[in-house]
Amino acid sequence: MDWHQQYIGKVKHAVFHTQKTGRKRVVVSTEENVVASLDLRHGEIFWRHVLGTNDVVDGIEIALGKYIITLSSDGSILRAWNLPDGQMVWESFLQGPKHSKPLLLVLTNLKVDKDNVILVSSKGCLHAVSSIDGEVLWRKDFTAESLEVQKVIQLHDSGKIYVVGFAGSSQFHVYKINALDGELLKHESATFSGGFDGEVALVSSDTLVALDATRTVLVTIVFKDGEIKFQQTYISNLVGDTSGVAMILPSTLKGTFSLKINTLMLFIRVKGEGQLEVVEKVDHATVVSDALSFSEDKQAFAVVQHGGNKIHLTVKLGDDWNSDLVKENIEMDHLRGHVHKVFVNNYVRTDRSHGFRALIVMEDHSLLLVQQGKIVWNREDSLASIIDVTTSELPVEKDGVSVAKVEHNLFEWLKGHLLKLKGTLMLASAEDVVAIQAIRLKSSKKSKMTRDHNGFRKLLIVLTKAGKIFALHSGDGRVVWSLLLPSLRKSEACDNPTGLNVYQWQIPHHHAMDENPSVLVVGRCGFSSNAPGVLSFVDAYTGKELNSLDLAHSIVQVIPLPFTDSTEQRLHLLVDADRRVHLYPKTPEAKSTFEQEISNIYWYSVEADNGIIKGHVIKSKCIGKGADDFCYDTGNLWSIVFPSESEKIIATVTRKPNEVVHTQAKVSVDQDVMYKYISKNLLFVATVSPKASGTIGSVDPEESSLVAYLIDTVSGRILHRMTHHGAQGPVHAVFSENWVVYHYFNLRAHRYEMSVIEIYDQSRAENKDVLKLILGKHNLTAPVSSYSRPEVVTKSQSYYFTHSVKAIAVTLTAKGITSKQLLIGTIGDQVLALDKRFLDPRRSINPTQAEKEEGIIPLTDALPIMPQSYITHSLKVEGLRGIITVPAKLESTTLVFSYGVDLFFTRLAPSRTYDSLTEDFSYALLLITIVALVAAIFVTWVLSEKKELREKWR
Amino acid sequence: MEKGKGVMGSGRRWAVDFTDNSTSHISRDIPDPLGFTRASQDQDDSTMSRQKKDAEANWKSQKAWEVAQAPFKNLLMMGFMMWMAGSTVHLFSIGITFSALWQPISALQGVGKVFEPYKDSKVDLNGPKLLFIALNLGGLALGVWKLNTLGLLPTHASDWVSSLPPAQEVEYSGGGVPLY
Repeated sequence: MDWHQQYIGKVKHAVFHTQKTGRKRVVVSTEENVVASLDLRHGEIFWRHVLGTNDVVDGIEIALGKYIITLSSDGSILRAWNLPDGQMVWESFLQGPKHSKPLLLVLTNLKVDKDNVILVSSKGCLHAVSSIDGEVLWRKDFTAESLEVQKVIQLHDSGKIYVVGFAGSSQFHVYKINALDGELLKHESATFSGGFDGEVALVSSDTLVALDATRTVLVTIVFKDGEIKFQQTYISNLVGDTSGVAMILPSTLKGTFSLKINTLMLFIRVKGEGQLEVVEKVDHATVVSDALSFSEDKQAFAVVQHGGNKIHLTVKLGDDWNSDLVKENIEMDHLRGHVHKVFVNNYVRTDRSHGFRALIVMEDHSLLLVQQGKIVWNREDSLASIIDVTTSELPVEKDGVSVAKVEHNLFEWLKGHLLKLKGTLMLASAEDVVAIQAIRLKSSKKSKMTRDHNGFRKLLIVLTKAGKIFALHSGDGRVVWSLLLPSLRKSEACDNPTGLNVYQWQIPHHHAMDENPSVLVVGRCGFSSNAPGVLSFVDAYTGKELNSLDLAHSIVQVIPLPFTDSTEQRLHLLVDADRRVHLYPKTPEAKSTFEQEISNIYWYSVEADNGIIKGHVIKSKCIGKGADDFCYDTGNLWSIVFPSESEKIIATVTRKPNEVVHTQAKVSVDQDVMYKYISKNLLFVATVSPKASGTIGSVDPEESSLVAYLIDTVSGRILHRMTHHGAQGPVHAVFSENWVVYHYFNLRAHRYEMSVIEIYDQSRAENKDVLKLILGKHNLTAPVSSYSRPEVVTKSQSYYFTHSVKAIAVTLTAKGITSKQLLIGTIGDQVLALDKRFLDPRRSINPTQAEKEEGIIPLTDALPIMPQSYITHSLKVEGLRGIITVPAKLESTTLVFSYGVDLFFTRLAPSRTYDSLTEDFSYALLLITIVALVAAIFVTWVLSEKKELREKWR
Repeated sequence: MEKGKGVMGSGRRWAVDFTDNSTSHISRDIPDPLGFTRASQDQDDSTMSRQKKDAEANWKSQKAWEVAQAPFKNLLMMGFMMWMAGSTVHLFSIGITFSALWQPISALQGVGKVFEPYKDSKVDLNGPKLLFIALNLGGLALGVWKLNTLGLLPTHASDWVSSLPPAQEVEYSGGGVPLY
């Protein structure tokens, strides 16, 4: 029923265990701030730590052969983890006056009292830290010279280091420092008139290569014997064509560095006297690993190149470009995209020769281990960075068509049955048993590829940061299909594509039954809001991209409209940065549907930075640039301006568009009716005083307040406003039916609080005449307009809540009859289910008997947290970011998917499964009981007949 | 109930008439016994039977009134049991309420049958019947009232609006914070 998957994210650093330790593991750090130890044989996670979202890992190294050292948070936190089990050994905070590039270096060759010295250059200082206990041995401050440290270079076995860097744009400095005590041995500097820019490549312990300020000249810096020499080489001399910006890529190869110009990559060797020589020119998709020293004095590195649907892995000796130690061609799924990173490791074969294995990070964030020309294992680690989730139904089980297509054909069916027969007759071999198990698993109820009666089986369609879209089966969480979207890949036209959201585009149920459902993936080319948009339509069953569009306009909003066309494609409005709306799909039919309803369609924008909420109305056809038939201009209808000196928008939330509400009436104890104010056009906005928008504790309670608003987004009317004095954010909220629940921090009580606001329609309260209601003479179901200005009343109540919160969601059911539960993603990365009954404004300290019978809980100041109500049990959804609820077809049940670095899926029944029998229900017992009862009836009937006859004869 | 009915009359299945109604001497072969005068016997018999019939009619009407009053006791007992059952909905109170409803209804259905044994040309059954019906209706009313106190009758506005779906909205609005 539940499944839990663990991921790590896109790997950015990897260190292998040294050969001596004997264990085959690799320790990686990732872009999701995870430090993990992976098993090299199977790729399983051995141990893992998820650091906080702001705790970005800058570097990872091994010290003393038993500690993993990580530098994180911009070089301010240094931690040591025990290599075998991942326990943290020590943690040091490194302080410094200013920001600088964090560098981590472990002096492995230098051993003092069995201690390795760790050098960290960060925050404008150079710190030397003991690797045994994390104590700072010495500190050298470079801020006086305003030095930007570029490299820390270890000199062979001498216990001395070079620190090189730039001061200003043109001054080059070299410091020679004793690594043991931080004593400055020598300081030299020289000025290069051309200035420096960008990365520096270290080619040997006394030679550096940098780019000048114009990025057209390579500067070789040699600082031998107290003398600094600059030598300039024009890039145009090395390569004929130099259009485009050159960039030195970070690498640790000896004597060689790599330079990227546009799509071209150059490997350049530095010869004796600063002479440069191009070794090789390759295209940009080539990736080079760091150098690996594998025997006494030999170094190797790996180069990965693409060719067709294969990748070529070459391991070369460090100083000889033409030596190929290993040359392998590996079949590679083109859906994995380009190679992004490669890490190489060696092992000693049984014949004492050296073998190499490579850890490859692909464009889709997957991690592969390649050894002997084969992929040993792979991990789909882009699932650690889910951006958005939607769901799709599975195909209907039909005779002939879908089943055969999805399940198997006749031959396989026969084969399967033969296997099963073998299994029952005990004739099956071990392989057959495995096959039988696989078939069982495949056709087992929960992981079938067809729709089930209860609607428990669905496809979860997730979009990840890598631009890859996955369909996960809700039964067991396996990947049904995946697609690296071509439109979200880096290309010439689109340099930084980012996926934004995924929407249900087509859900065939009535008309277009034969068509597969499809999803719409919205992306954008670049990070700014006026970058052009990208649309992609993907078939939800097959995972094929049906169509993709590179838009001329930008996308800042996507509004799914409540209309579909004749093929059940949902109409979507895309709002661009110029506040024009574009209608999709671009068909005349959609256009006519839209234009019929155009006067009732509004949109609103929340400008959190300016503190303005604006309502817009669609006016007329676009004119001017980029105008076509499906583009409309909009006009400003209303705006709500929050005073910038006292209020800042920190959270907005609306109801889920797919939420179903069963009834508009709420019946209280004494048969009184309250009419809920149910509107999809309600927006909850929370603002705090600008001072209180920082971290908790940074402001006095007197200066801080939180204001909650309920705003009608059609008319701009503020329905409710409520101030919490002495409260501050962050605010997490959830809106459902006619209530909002929000979570914030109460500075006066020093505790987190949750509040609930329920909103009721007072203008409907008059409908109390039973006779009229019986005869249907009421207007309760007549369409309502936001302009009718209904009178509303609100009720609210606040409670303390122990945890801080990462996300809040609410259960959704098919008909909205089942009572609701709040799903709270706690700071401990667990999901807590809390009955909505605990957040009921009608709670009082002493409820009457009738109220108790209705289920009103006596008021307490804090919300109870019952350990049993953690729906994640003892598991953790590390790095929890979102909780998605999807109604099953069975009214009592809702499907919950929570994602972060991990994924967790479960089924919830907030009011128990009142509409179905439990899975362990004994049907046999029921049948036996029925049969027994029928028999008993028959027997007693016969007996009574006999008795009656006897009575008559008496 | 079944047994009582059988005794009261409808259960009579067969009968042997011992009274000899033949009056002519010719038809008789056997002469009357000594000291037996047929005429006096006949006369005596007729007076006897009239008296008997009167008594029977009296008895019947008395019985009919008794039967008509029987539901009153029932009513009192029902009221007591209802008071005992309380006003919350559970198995006991529902059972009692439904039996309180069912008994008068079934009794009303069988009004004719109940009074059949007392049917007599000389007995006016309308009075008892009316009383019987009135008392049973009273019982029924008591049952309905109980049903209402249990909240099982749709007499409140809430009973009629709780299934109403929310009203449709004319306008549609979407949007929010710009996509990041």
